[in-house]
Amino acid sequence: MTDATVLTKPSDAFSLTKLWYDKKYRSIILQMIAMALLFGAIFYLAGNAVSNLEKLGKTFGFDFLWAPAGYDINQRLIEYDSRSSHFRAGLVGLLNTILIAVCGIILSTIIGFALGVMRLSPNWLVNRLSYCYIEFVRNVPVLVHILLIHGVIVTTLPRTKDALNFGDNFFLSNRGFFTPKPLAEPLFYVVTATFVAGILFAWYYRRGARIKQEKTGQQSPVFWVTLGAIIGAPIVAFIVTGMPLNWEIPELKGFNFKGGLALKPEFISLWLALSLYTAAFIGEIVRSGIEAVSHGQTEAASALGLPRGRTLNLVVIPQALRVIIPPLNSNYMNITKNSSLAIAIGYMDVVATIGGISLNQTGREMECMIIVLGIYLALSLMISSVMNWYNNRIKLVER
Amino acid sequence: MKTFTKAALAVAAFGVVAGNAQAGTLQDVMAKGHVQCGISTGVPGFAFTDDAGNWQGFDPAVCQAVAAAIFGDASAVKYTTTTGKTRFTALASGEVDMLARNTTWTFSRDTDLQFEFTGVNYYDGQGFMVSKDLGVSSAKDLDGASVCIQTGTTTELNLADFFRSNGMSYEAVPIETNDEARTNYTAGRCDIYTTDASGLAATRSTLDDPSAHVIMPEIISKEPLGPLVRHGDHQWGDVVRWVLNALITAEELGVTQANVDEMAAGTNNPEINRMLGAEGDLGAMTGLPKDFGHQAIKAVGNYGEIFERFIGPSTPIGLERGLNALWTQGGILYSPPFR
Repeated sequence: MTDATVLTKPSDAFSLTKLWYDKKYRSIILQMIAMALLFGAIFYLAGNAVSNLEKLGKTFGFDFLWAPAGYDINQRLIEYDSRSSHFRAGLVGLLNTILIAVCGIILSTIIGFALGVMRLSPNWLVNRLSYCYIEFVRNVPVLVHILLIHGVIVTTLPRTKDALNFGDNFFLSNRGFFTPKPLAEPLFYVVTATFVAGILFAWYYRRGARIKQEKTGQQSPVFWVTLGAIIGAPIVAFIVTGMPLNWEIPELKGFNFKGGLALKPEFISLWLALSLYTAAFIGEIVRSGIEAVSHGQTEAASALGLPRGRTLNLVVIPQALRVIIPPLNSNYMNITKNSSLAIAIGYMDVVATIGGISLNQTGREMECMIIVLGIYLALSLMISSVMNWYNNRIKLVER
Repeated sequence: MKTFTKAALAVAAFGVVAGNAQAGTLQDVMAKGHVQCGISTGVPGFAFTDDAGNWQGFDPAVCQAVAAAIFGDASAVKYTTTTGKTRFTALASGEVDMLARNTTWTFSRDTDLQFEFTGVNYYDGQGFMVSKDLGVSSAKDLDGASVCIQTGTTTELNLADFFRSNGMSYEAVPIETNDEARTNYTAGRCDIYTTDASGLAATRSTLDDPSAHVIMPEIISKEPLGPLVRHGDHQWGDVVRWVLNALITAEELGVTQANVDEMAAGTNNPEINRMLGAEGDLGAMTGLPKDFGHQAIKAVGNYGEIFERFIGPSTPIGLERGLNALWTQGGILYSPPFR
């Protein structure tokens, strides 16, 4: 073999030095080392936990979940009393977590988009207002916001007896916001059915309209038909069936308002704090998304004669969304995870119930923490998969 | 998914049992030179910081007595503040050597949670405090009220039982610490504050106008409060138990902070001599110095003196001895003999 052949065709024979100097082998080896370290750490910690639990004479098991919880929860979406099991207490907490997450995601998105658009406004005042809000809010920890809003609600709003009265139907006090509660009569199912049928019809109509447009280029009044089917038809059905809905009005009886729906201060403050805080981040995301669409696109659209509204709907927003959705996803997960700060003000979420009181009453730290961990993991993965599905739908389709 | 479970287990394990809990606490304490004591985040009279920033009160006094018994130095204590919810994890994980923070002795805490209660330093019961304006005279009139309650306590369970058995509804307002409870109670977030009657008296003393609030006559539970240690280390349990007993016995036998030095030289009462170390060597039986009783009483005084100093009738808390008087004086405080 001459030197020349060595240069052009390196030997395939294996040598020990190759393990390090060959890029392919090296990366495999590095990954193996990393895996070994990771698993070593996990086994060490798990083994440590097991031996410590043995030393303490504690057993590991989830039987405690079926024992009566013994404590009461004031905010709940499903039936629960102090004789219910720890499992049910955990379920109440989980639903409360989901409730705050969903409400928080909706409100923060609305406020966030408004902030982002305001931030781009040519109006100096509107622009600065949004800027100051974002800079102030996102630079203060969310826990401080939660405590601040809770403190303001509890100390500045009037007490129950002097509750602010809005038309004898709505009441606001430092025990919460009380609203009438709708009670459906049997005929109300007609309205619900109309609503569902409206959604199905709207979906079918949109599909038809799109096919028609692709074939003939003719446009249909999609927006108005959708609005009429989903909102108009149920209203007509509601009136035709004789308004089958009663309202349970909250009433001051003894110490508290009875009846109606109540938004407790703990829920309101957590909801507002999480939404206002996360909205500041979403505002910046929206701004960056819109700014990422080059001005040339808008100009091209107007050169083609598209009106302003259509330019926004068909050109700017679809492209901006591609930039907005991925970071929005992580902010939605942040809301869900930050909702665990509920414990600071006594909102009974999953951390406060199964990861708090149940843990304390039963002494099952490990089991309860594993449950809480699993729940947050599942929630985050769920949000993530929904957002990824949406992201795949709107991402650039190359033809 | 399996890796997830393992990782979850490991992470949780790391958080919960990072410190090793094992026998030999007394040796550990001697080696590190101080007692690590878990106390509450602050209840007037029972645990508070003095002008110099040191923890004082009815509960820290027990820790100081233990430290004095071991080291002859009441200041060899380091405190860890714990809430109703964090206290048991702190003790079980070995973060603290003992808890002295108005903790109720119950069956499940003794057995299932694996703790050893070393006696009772305050016999208490759960009560209700309301503002006089509400015009409520009995706890049976509290239907529909909002109740501030510290989470993770036995009071939470008693409350649920009380309202349930009386067929009344209520809104529980869960609170983490006594201070937060006071804030929420004064702001009117809740109508009632419920906790042990001693804690209510303590909290009431810090309100703007204590006389505008009443503690209802009903006591809905038995709450024997006492210091506790981990299961499985009987020597350490004995140390804490007998230091507490020494404080109680000292009151019974008339040994006070003022006369303990004199009495330690020897008296004609053999039990005093045994307790203070002038006769025999009881201390050695549990790994303590011979004069452990002497040092403990010299540091903090006897039980009666501690009570009087922090929570008695002459303090703002103003608690009567009641059940907590000695058995010879109509109470149920009773220490086994030093023999």
